[in-house]
Amino acid sequence: MGKASKLNIRRIVIAALVLYIVLLLGPIAGFDIPNIAAAIQANPLQLVQFLIIGLANGAIIAIIGLGYTMVYGIIELVNFAHGDVYMIGVFTSLTVLSLTGTLDTDSPGKIILGLILALVIAIAVGAGLNATVERVAYRRLRNSSRLAALISAIGVSFILENTGLIWAAQSWLVPSFGTTGGASQKVFPDLLGKIMAAYGLDVNLLANTGIALRFTIKDLMVMVLAGAMMLALRLFVQNTKMGKAMRATAQNRDAAKMLGIDIDWVISTTFLIGGGLAGAAGLMAGLYNNTAWWFMGFRAGLQSFTAAVLGGIGNITGAMLGGILIGLLASFSDGYLNARWTNAWVFATLVLILLFRPSGLLGEQVGEKA
Amino acid sequence: MLELTDVHTYYGNIHALKGISLKVDDGEIVTLIGSNGAGKTTTLRTIQGLLRPRSGSIKLDDLELHKLPSHQVAAKGIAQSPEGRMIFPRMSVLENLEMGAYARTDKDGIQQDLERVFGLFPRLKERIKQKGGTLSGGEQQMLAMGRALMARPRILLLDEPSMGLSPILVDLIFDTIVAINKEGTTILLVEQNALMALSIAHRGYVIQTGEIILTDNAAKLQENEMVQKSYLGVE
Ligand SMILES: Nc1ncnc2c1ncn2[C@@H]1O[C@H](COP(=O)(O)OP(=O)(O)O)[C@@H](O)[C@H]1O
Ligand SMILES: [Mg+2]
Repeated sequence: MGKASKLNIRRIVIAALVLYIVLLLGPIAGFDIPNIAAAIQANPLQLVQFLIIGLANGAIIAIIGLGYTMVYGIIELVNFAHGDVYMIGVFTSLTVLSLTGTLDTDSPGKIILGLILALVIAIAVGAGLNATVERVAYRRLRNSSRLAALISAIGVSFILENTGLIWAAQSWLVPSFGTTGGASQKVFPDLLGKIMAAYGLDVNLLANTGIALRFTIKDLMVMVLAGAMMLALRLFVQNTKMGKAMRATAQNRDAAKMLGIDIDWVISTTFLIGGGLAGAAGLMAGLYNNTAWWFMGFRAGLQSFTAAVLGGIGNITGAMLGGILIGLLASFSDGYLNARWTNAWVFATLVLILLFRPSGLLGEQVGEKA
Repeated sequence: MLELTDVHTYYGNIHALKGISLKVDDGEIVTLIGSNGAGKTTTLRTIQGLLRPRSGSIKLDDLELHKLPSHQVAAKGIAQSPEGRMIFPRMSVLENLEMGAYARTDKDGIQQDLERVFGLFPRLKERIKQKGGTLSGGEQQMLAMGRALMARPRILLLDEPSMGLSPILVDLIFDTIVAINKEGTTILLVEQNALMALSIAHRGYVIQTGEIILTDNAAKLQENEMVQKSYLGVE
């Protein structure tokens, strides 16, 4: 029996197991098709509602996923700390908004200014943090086994999570953190709602249209910002000299060196960009979900990494596509199945892709390494 | 122009180059021949700065190349068509060639050199938009050489450009090497195909297990009994 067919049998057995578990646990997880069908029939518009929520969440997932995919593309490392850089982005934004008095003011102009400042600082902190992590924790291990770098990444993740835990207890920075300690979920105030209210408008842009749907200013903000960032990144990678150097380094590091590309600088830039995107995603997610939590990087990391793998790890367009698909999956699971099981579905997706199409939807099948 | 003096290179504990000394003068084609595993590729990678010699020196005129990080070596005029070609599989032919000029800023000169490469290899022009990974072996070899030429190097390092190619393509590649040299580019050619290499080179070095065991002008090497036996298949 050939090696390939043995591998296939193993895959089928594992897939059957996954399917069995899903069917067994399905009803507990809310996977009850007649029930879901009835819910959709009773309120078809709700489907559109979950679509909107899924797209907005997917946009955030996609932006975080870009950081995974770019780093993996260039040094084949799953940067386990990436989700936590995003979490630090949330806390950075919240702290900037608090220290600038943005959380206390009712003036829409001041709030907008504060948000712009928070965005800039969250991007800078995310970028700087991610590049520092690379310099300190990964660079020396670049020629070691991949496992070594991976373990280092998990260590960094723990450090960042604990930083978040301590940060969330500092109520002198953000008074609303209160005195309950760092472990509890904190509120990220709904500043976009406040701006709308100052102009006498509803957060829901469809409020007075007679359509029974919520499409809020927050949905719009997330989709527009995410779209703009992805477009900018694509143009950067396709057309600039640094973007081309990044692609060259990803495709053949030795050849890139021979041509005079400083790959240390290219890799640092990749971490800078990925971290900056995670920082921006932190502010966006804070404004969107209105929570901040030291452990939020974990779920975001799991979903974004899955999105990156689903789209084809290393592929920028793939991360966007994967992000949106995972966002939709999570939204429909939250809405029609059972929110407590959403992470399990995401994980099952990850396992299935790794088994059957490790190169993802848009990944290269051949000629990956020439 | 390029001079290696007593270069020792290691892979961990493996002593791959045991004191290589060789030089290449302006305008020459010099060939480095030797059997598989002799240390030819290691020599070129050491010159390029991808491997750091543990001792010895590599000089380009008065410049000490072995002290520079690899990405600065290219800018000093050293370009290479490496073993295995190493083209960028998901970049177009044009992008691959443009990457060759990465260290340059003279736009007009780059455009001229692009035309020159297309003149040498019309096939590449036909496939200008195709992804590097979809080219045939011969085309990839042309692309690797073209990409190296796009750096307008002072010295071009070629690592087994004939490997895996049909005899017709080998002839084409070697004719092109001669043409490139006539246009003024100095060449260090690494080959297992000693017969072809010696037929176009001015001088040659024979390398065996990390040491230069023989050097002479190409015609003399072709007549050398040891070379004939070991590398030219003459009994
Ligand atoms: N990456 C490597 N790690 C360890 N040893 C190597 C490596 N590359 C080459 N070698 C060893 O160095 C010696 C010279 O190899 P190489 O320069 O590739 O020879 P050639 O190009 O002449 O065929 C060989 O003995 C080879 O096994
Ligand atoms: Mg070799």
